Amino acid sequence: MKPRRFDYVRPDSADEAVAVLAEYGEDASVLAGGQSLMAMLNLRLAEPAVLIDIASLKELDYIRVGDGKVEVGAAVTQNRLKDWPELAGKLPLLAAALPFVGHFQTRNKGTVCGSIAHADPSSEIPLVLATLGGEVVLRSHRDARVLAAADFQRGTLTTAREPDELIMAVRFPLQPTGRVAFREVARRHGDFAIIAVAACVDDGDTVRIGIGGVADRPAARRASAAAAKDIFESLAFELKGYDDLHASARLRRDLLRRIGPVVVEEALRCAA
Amino acid sequence: MRRVNKDERARISFTLNGRAVAGDAESRMLLTDFLRYVVGATGTHVGCEHGVCGCCTVLIDGAAVRGCLTLAVQAEGRAVTTVEALASPDGSLSALQQAFQQHHALQCGFCTPGILMSFTDYLARNPHPTEDEIRKVLSGHLCRCTGYAGIVAAVLAVSSNLP
Repeated sequence: MKPRRFDYVRPDSADEAVAVLAEYGEDASVLAGGQSLMAMLNLRLAEPAVLIDIASLKELDYIRVGDGKVEVGAAVTQNRLKDWPELAGKLPLLAAALPFVGHFQTRNKGTVCGSIAHADPSSEIPLVLATLGGEVVLRSHRDARVLAAADFQRGTLTTAREPDELIMAVRFPLQPTGRVAFREVARRHGDFAIIAVAACVDDGDTVRIGIGGVADRPAARRASAAAAKDIFESLAFELKGYDDLHASARLRRDLLRRIGPVVVEEALRCAA
Repeated sequence: MRRVNKDERARISFTLNGRAVAGDAESRMLLTDFLRYVVGATGTHVGCEHGVCGCCTVLIDGAAVRGCLTLAVQAEGRAVTTVEALASPDGSLSALQQAFQQHHALQCGFCTPGILMSFTDYLARNPHPTEDEIRKVLSGHLCRCTGYAGIVAAVLAVSSNLP
């Protein structure tokens, strides 16, 4: 189908984008890569009065390292981050997960921050952000604020972003070790994950575990290396799972119980 | 700041296959519709119109993207490349197109323009992909005729002749 009519605005700066957002608030949608939003517009699942296109804002097209974090601006595409030469060294979990994000063709346009903004419970980038304990940088005409990933994503396609706030960037904390593993189950490579499991070993004896696709948002947990493989029995029931076209809640729980320990084992087996 | 209101038709211009093109479009017009109905470049096909099937894949500034998930107004000032650019002006096919022909990589041909554009971008970045890598790129396309085997064979064949 074709989108309903909307006013299209392409600001020349982030300041301008924030000003336009202040003017229209809830009536506006921010368009970055459009790999979810454009599909929703075409299907008329989204009907904003105003579309604010930030995809070509050069000032938001940056990857910056500092203060123990990697900051990724709102115009950075998923393939640009995936091909960033320092990614595997600084954020090995994200390097392992990014090839699963959509397809080669959608990653060329889809943005890192757009995936965070869309907040699909099965998405890989929000899962990695939650697992690593990252942050979302927001700006409005009123103020600027930084939210922890756990406070940002509230539920299925629901975030703490106020209607007049623009996501400027996301920040991933640098990972202390390269001991990571990531797996997901999908009907076809690049399709929505039925479940996704991430694990990374912190310095010392702690394993961070992230689970996507089971609950209404990514679940992040920490466990000791000795206990990490055993948390999935209880976690599967705690997270409940949901039924959709692709899988039942029961299948999701079952997959988690089977794949969770495998992913933890893979991360622990990685050379330090 | 560029602005196109909903009741307005804006003049949109960009480069299509090396030539300047222009036309009028509403803000909501998709790039696919602009190419097909305004410019008359019907090589780009439209399948699902929500980014799943990959038929409409074109290159924008060299990168393979979904034409149906792009607004015409977003192509302003960009270089758009479509399947029409692959063959030479005399009609002789590109190496990738020839390989598709030789390996029966198409039957009805509806999905073919998008797949050709995807691999035009991908092989420029990775001229010697493994079969697994080819299949991952191909996961962004739906083909209901071939079962994909011929497409994989065609891409492997053309990559073996690349420097």
